[in-house]
Amino acid sequence: MSASTTAVMANTSLMAGQKENGASIRVRRIIAYIVLGLVTFLCLFWFYVLFINATRSHQELSGGFTAIPSTHLIENWTNLKNGTLPIFNGIFNSLLIAVVTAVFSTYFSTMTAYAIHAYDFKFKKFMFTFILMVMMIPAQVTALGFLQLIGKMGLDDSFIPLTIPAIAAPSVFFYMKQYMDSTLPLSLIEAARIDGSGEFRTFNSIVVPLMKPAIAVQAIFTFVSSWNNYFTPALVLHTDTKKTLPILIAQLRAADWLKFDMGKVYVMIAFSIFPVIVVYLLLSRYIVGGVTLGGVKG
Amino acid sequence: MKRKLLGVLLSTTMVAGVIAGCGGNNAAPATEAPAEEASTEDAAEAPAETTEEATEDAAESTEEATAEVAADEGKVLNIYAWNEEFKSRLTDHYKGYEEVDATHGKIGDVDVVWNITPSENNAYQNNLDETLLKQDSAAADEKIDLFLVEADYALKYVDTDYTMPMADLGITDADLADQYSYTQAIVTDSNGKLKGSSWQACSAGLIYNRDAAKEVLGTDDPDEVQAAVADWDKYVETAKAAEEKGYTMCSVNDTYRTYSNNVSGKWVQDGKLVIDDNLMNWINDSKELVDAKAENTYDLWGDDWAKGKTPDGKIFCYFGPAWFFNFCLDADQDGTIANNGGWGYCVGPQSYYWGGTWICAATGTDNASLVKDIILTMTTDKDVLKEIAQADADCVNSKTVLAELAADDSGNLALLGGQNPYKQLAEGAEKVDLSNLSAYDQGCNESFQNAAKNYFEGNATLDEALDMFKKAVVEKYPEVTAD
Amino acid sequence: MKKKSKVVSYNKWGYIFLIPFVVVYLVFQMIPLVSTIYNSFFENYRSGLTQVGPNFVGLQNYLTIITNGDLPTYTVNTLIMWVMGFVPQIILSLLLGAWFTDPSLRLKAQGFFKTVIYMPNLIMASAFSMLFFTLFANTGPINSLLLQLGVIKEAYQFMSHVWSVRSLVAFMNCVMWFGNTTILLMAGMMGIDPSLFEAAQVDGATATQIFYKITLPLLKPILIFVMITSLIGGLQMFDVPQILTNGTGDPMRSSMTLIMYLNKHLFSKNYGLGGALSVFMFIITGILSLIVFKFTASPEKK
Repeated sequence: MSASTTAVMANTSLMAGQKENGASIRVRRIIAYIVLGLVTFLCLFWFYVLFINATRSHQELSGGFTAIPSTHLIENWTNLKNGTLPIFNGIFNSLLIAVVTAVFSTYFSTMTAYAIHAYDFKFKKFMFTFILMVMMIPAQVTALGFLQLIGKMGLDDSFIPLTIPAIAAPSVFFYMKQYMDSTLPLSLIEAARIDGSGEFRTFNSIVVPLMKPAIAVQAIFTFVSSWNNYFTPALVLHTDTKKTLPILIAQLRAADWLKFDMGKVYVMIAFSIFPVIVVYLLLSRYIVGGVTLGGVKG
Repeated sequence: MKRKLLGVLLSTTMVAGVIAGCGGNNAAPATEAPAEEASTEDAAEAPAETTEEATEDAAESTEEATAEVAADEGKVLNIYAWNEEFKSRLTDHYKGYEEVDATHGKIGDVDVVWNITPSENNAYQNNLDETLLKQDSAAADEKIDLFLVEADYALKYVDTDYTMPMADLGITDADLADQYSYTQAIVTDSNGKLKGSSWQACSAGLIYNRDAAKEVLGTDDPDEVQAAVADWDKYVETAKAAEEKGYTMCSVNDTYRTYSNNVSGKWVQDGKLVIDDNLMNWINDSKELVDAKAENTYDLWGDDWAKGKTPDGKIFCYFGPAWFFNFCLDADQDGTIANNGGWGYCVGPQSYYWGGTWICAATGTDNASLVKDIILTMTTDKDVLKEIAQADADCVNSKTVLAELAADDSGNLALLGGQNPYKQLAEGAEKVDLSNLSAYDQGCNESFQNAAKNYFEGNATLDEALDMFKKAVVEKYPEVTAD
Repeated sequence: MKKKSKVVSYNKWGYIFLIPFVVVYLVFQMIPLVSTIYNSFFENYRSGLTQVGPNFVGLQNYLTIITNGDLPTYTVNTLIMWVMGFVPQIILSLLLGAWFTDPSLRLKAQGFFKTVIYMPNLIMASAFSMLFFTLFANTGPINSLLLQLGVIKEAYQFMSHVWSVRSLVAFMNCVMWFGNTTILLMAGMMGIDPSLFEAAQVDGATATQIFYKITLPLLKPILIFVMITSLIGGLQMFDVPQILTNGTGDPMRSSMTLIMYLNKHLFSKNYGLGGALSVFMFIITGILSLIVFKFTASPEKK
């Protein structure tokens, strides 16, 4: 970590130079564009390859990589749509679970963080440390106990075990807490109290809006990870019409040799990435546009 | 970042399945078996009516249904599978099966419920395990009636009381006499009771590149090529000759099953891990050939391995059964060897099998006579089997049907240059001997190939690789001791 | 008097706001966690369909893990691959963050770049690795490119060499997660009052000075968050190496991480050894996080 910081120092000071003048700014700008160009390529390249692969037939795919699209996109899509997998149910289920998860985890984590940030109470320190400790527990093994528990509670094959636990999301909480530390002055809350605002109302009408960038960021993260989650849903959901997209993709790949078709798999992947891109682009304006820039005066 | 992390961790899926490319599940051999994943404690149950309803229904139906076996009043037939293969076989070839929707069907007044869980991350077995363990206490209509298994882990289920002996269903040896004996060895428990049945007999052999054979051996005649690879010594010689002509024989992973099907003892004997001589032969032969660049170490189904389907791949042969050359050599793709009819088929150094699905009846089924009829129809009825062979290109589990196909010109395949492979397939199926199969095969074979790869590629000495193998086995099977 | 009671009544809300978290946590995480620790003292696994145990064995599972000597190896593997992925990731993120917030640079199309960097995370890890297999195959485009350029004489087997596998794992992690880190940092940077930057510029501060004197200090809480969470995420690294090496961690387990090792024990539903291993991981993570915490938090405390 220290290594990284030093490296950054070296790096930035190199670029920044000693004196700022027009020429050096131009040079830095050019460097910035070159790096950004490379980064953009690294980010978008995968989508290009996925798209190419979605247009290729099973046989073409088994022949290895090519950079030129083929002509089988529609055919692959029709095969997928006319197959036995309920892909439209899948997209609905995925959407429902991911939205609820994102809302639960951001709203309640903000609430939890606010409790620790704004109030003084006996177990405050303890709670904070405790939640941080929780974050360090590897998810894998508790996942087993988790599934046993679900079985006992009779929540098998339902969406509840996939959404409700998102309320207790330690890392989202941690982020919200850190964000509040740097941007949410207690004086603001005091002012609200003086105005006679109730605590719950203060939280909903003042704190939550101020936290918008942080909430948007974490909402995207939770939405995406829930959308791409295969493991838990695969263990919890059994009815075909309740399954989420990643499970259906797995099912597609597990097809017997008569029906196995990589073209369908790639179309399905492309199909299931599409909604996330839309959701991401919708939410990303909060990240990109900087709507709350300067909202809080330090 | 637990939240994000959890997502990542959990979203981890199934590359093994991806690599398993063409074969999908059935095809995927132990080698590519999905990486063992965190297991599950889920209590999967197919949607089913409540107990009350069930009993009422049952009471109504007893009048019309004359029961042969005690528990025969079930209104719901629960079938557990990892893909849709058996469902489509049943839909197409079992008279009286009507499809309702993707996971439901009807046979007479019995509702058929399909519980399909992909085998990625071991999810199918985990799901089946949990349900079988609860079979005793489950409501009648929620009990599993039929489930499907693959050979690699068949004994895990067959060698328990959760699987019903065929004899208890009223299926006799005479009913099954036309099947190949290896298909029965796979599902015979340690007390000698037969507990499953398959409609497929996937005997496999060596699929050679005719052009390469002409160049290397001066002939592409199946019998003469067979003579050049009749045993492992000759095979190694041929491989080296192929290398001199610029060909790679195949991948070490292609030959593995052939060696591992012909071992002289089980993986685990008296609680101890035993590495069979024939597997050491595989290691030694393969290392020799890899060092001589006559074989490669590519994983099956990967891009590199698949290159051999085209002449540019410069591969001498693949190893595989009928489904392999029918569906995995891309015959309808321009430029492949298969497209030019450039493959030939012979039995190879030793006989082996690859793939296949077995039907097992779960103890506690409440539809015994229907289960019996399905098993008999789907795995012994010669008309149905012939239909399956012709419609789905399955190599079916019937000596009679295979003999008919071997005698018939309709079995000639363009991709094999007009050769009729059924003679060799039938011959191979007779010779497969699986008396040394055990419940440990899936885990052990996979770990063995993984560990050996390190040795082949020069990342470990033989001893280091074998130690790694032993370590991996003890991790998977804590009750087993190594060395 | 009156004032004091008011404070108390406010603080009661602290407890109220904690209720949802605590309740859900207790039910869905605490119970499984306790059962995990409890199980670590038992021999408890399944062989096929036969359940072995639970038999109480005391600290036997812990002893087994300590004595077989695998734990340090896999810890080191994990840390190596984490550092290899994290260092470029944080450098890139800080650099991009600094550029985006630097008013003198006036980068165009910032919105586009900011949007694009997170995109790789939208792809499932498994789909991602399908592409990696294709690209880095012996006969794949990377190899043929290198061959054509004359960099190598014969195809390089990326999956058969220790450092190439580790590099691929690190690279893939970096590509998938650097956008995430950058966004976190940028959200932090956006919380900084822009008038501070303007004021600094008016005073003639250089970009470097602005970055070190204003951006970095104000970014610290978020930076600590990024450090800690990515350390924890790194220690729990699983999916990428698992998928890329097909669960083997080859060559010779040089890319096997702690969780992959844990995962091996879950094949036999070995709750005993798996539980003990989790407790060890918890301790390792705790110690390392504490170090990072101390290291980042103390020097600047005034």
